[in-house]
Amino acid sequence: MSALLEVDGLSVQLPVAGEFRTVLQDVSFSLEAGQTLGLVGESGSGKSMTVRSIARLLPPGARTTGSIRFDGASVLDLRGDALRKFRSRDVSMIFQDPRAHTNPVRKIGDFLTEAMRINGKVPPREAERRAVELLAEVGIHDGERRLKQFPHELSGGLLQRVMIAASLAVKPRLILADEPTTALDVTTQSEVMAILARLQREYGMAMLFITHDLELAAAVCDRTVVMYAGAMVEHQDSSRLHTDPLHPYSAALMQARPEIDRRVPRLPAIPGHPTSAFEAPDGCAFAPRCRFAEDACRAALPPLESMGDAAYSRCRRAAELRGHLLATAEHSGGLGDGAGVGDSAGLEEEVAR
Amino acid sequence: MNSPAARAAWHTIRFLGGRIGGLLATLLASSFVVFGALYLAPGSPMTFLTHGRSMTPDAIAQINQQYHFDEPFAMQYVRWLGGILQGDFGRSILYKDAVSSLLAQRIGTTVALVALSALLVAFVGLAIGIFSGLKPGFASNALMGMSTAAMAVPTFVAAVVLTLVLAVELGWFPVFGVGTDPIDMVYHLVLPAFALSLASIAFVARLSQAAIRQEISADHVQTAIGRGFPYGVVVRRHVLRNASLPVLTVLGLTLAGMISGTVVVEQVFQLNGVGSLLVSSVQQKDFPVVQAICLVYVAAFIILNTVIDLAYSILDPRVSVGGGKP
Repeated sequence: MSALLEVDGLSVQLPVAGEFRTVLQDVSFSLEAGQTLGLVGESGSGKSMTVRSIARLLPPGARTTGSIRFDGASVLDLRGDALRKFRSRDVSMIFQDPRAHTNPVRKIGDFLTEAMRINGKVPPREAERRAVELLAEVGIHDGERRLKQFPHELSGGLLQRVMIAASLAVKPRLILADEPTTALDVTTQSEVMAILARLQREYGMAMLFITHDLELAAAVCDRTVVMYAGAMVEHQDSSRLHTDPLHPYSAALMQARPEIDRRVPRLPAIPGHPTSAFEAPDGCAFAPRCRFAEDACRAALPPLESMGDAAYSRCRRAAELRGHLLATAEHSGGLGDGAGVGDSAGLEEEVAR
Repeated sequence: MNSPAARAAWHTIRFLGGRIGGLLATLLASSFVVFGALYLAPGSPMTFLTHGRSMTPDAIAQINQQYHFDEPFAMQYVRWLGGILQGDFGRSILYKDAVSSLLAQRIGTTVALVALSALLVAFVGLAIGIFSGLKPGFASNALMGMSTAAMAVPTFVAAVVLTLVLAVELGWFPVFGVGTDPIDMVYHLVLPAFALSLASIAFVARLSQAAIRQEISADHVQTAIGRGFPYGVVVRRHVLRNASLPVLTVLGLTLAGMISGTVVVEQVFQLNGVGSLLVSSVQQKDFPVVQAICLVYVAAFIILNTVIDLAYSILDPRVSVGGGKP
């Protein structure tokens, strides 16, 4: 069965102050129709760039290699009308900040019906009727009134729902959701997320979902890709990611979250700071912050290797460390059953000093 | 005021009322300044009239009967303002004629000059700005460089150089005068209008270029592109519409600035307009005319600004009408 979206060896370089800087390297994944794939990682890890490459919304001058295939067609080779058709019918993007991404001088009604009127040639009255229906679907029941309002008259949560309604208007086959709930407050987040997840199932759309939130990714996504410094470090089933992470970075992210049923004096944080792809050192980009890193880790960037069961990791020690990654720093010393882990505990003490 | 529609209507009325009230208050204040300035100038108006010669009491009484110099200042001001409200701007000392009819003869030329200049600014300035904004590259940079240079050229220099090159050397345009019929008048006014609007064209071009560049990289334009709209639709509906807001404000201000620029241009091209009348009246100390023209210029300036203000609040929904949060 061929996938709806296939990304293969995607690398992107952007011109910054006269030189090209790598922002994405060797990103590969595929997404079946109706499925949800999560992209998780810190800021600057390349999540948004991945999604923008798919929507062909990279800044001018970007250099792209690799391939993106949507329903068999090469997205990176689309031009003119074909590109417009792809953007208007096949994919729809939901942005992080709905306020910045809606035209402030045009009414909500205009925003919702614009795509229908311009791309679908739907008559204005019909488009308006559809818009009210769409608003009802995202839980806005006074649609007629909302259509006459301007974006600044709506709250962030309401506006993001409008954004979701607008992206549903064209019934796309793939939704690209770039942190759709990050700009919203917590209670609104769960509401908006519930609406998005329900509609995605009802409409049978595939979704590429970017988030910082690991819990959210586990709840919403079938599979999750963890990104670090422009590269994928782990790719596997969302629920297994939580119980059996395959990369020290994923495990460290998991440990850096508070658990609701346990009291900890201080949350373990990942030492150091996130790196961008272009300033990443040779070898594994996470090595400087990794408590399991060895000299060999710093020599060359390890490939993304299959760990069985459609799970992939970019850690050279993945097989060796599997099952021990979630052990906390206090416990790792007493783990003692594998020489490798013992070594790394020693190394970690060294780093601490 | 229960329904939102009624409340919105009430807000609009209050907003309009406020703006018009402000307009009238500013006009009143400026009329006082214009009238009072005469008394701040060295020498009394009587000296202007008598050219410093000593007069017989009879003659002085006659002058006072006409100009009421013997009355207190406030009384004179009220009398002058009352006359203006009835369309009577007093009588010219020099021409021995009603100021209003003097103005009426000349205002057509000035209005035509300003209108033609405004059209030049709107079409040429915006065309250059839109082109440079949408098509970055060598042509855009060259046009922006030229605009920067043109902005630095004072109106009187532009007027003289244009006359020398296009009228005297090349003979494409008449050197001075306003012509006879309307078409001839436009032909005669092209050069003066160009001299008057050159700096404004350059300014509006630069500003609209900057506004378009800024708007085109806005996030909401990304949304529109991502929705697969044709380029023309994106530009028209999301770039130009939004970029028009700052441009409109400046367009209004430059237009107002050009009104005062007519004084110089009319003088250089010897156009028989209000601007040249002002210059000669100042030189001849024909103060009723000077007062009237100043007041007309100030009024035009203020009314224009109010109109721009109102247009802005219609174009930009974020400028709240009536000040209240909807």
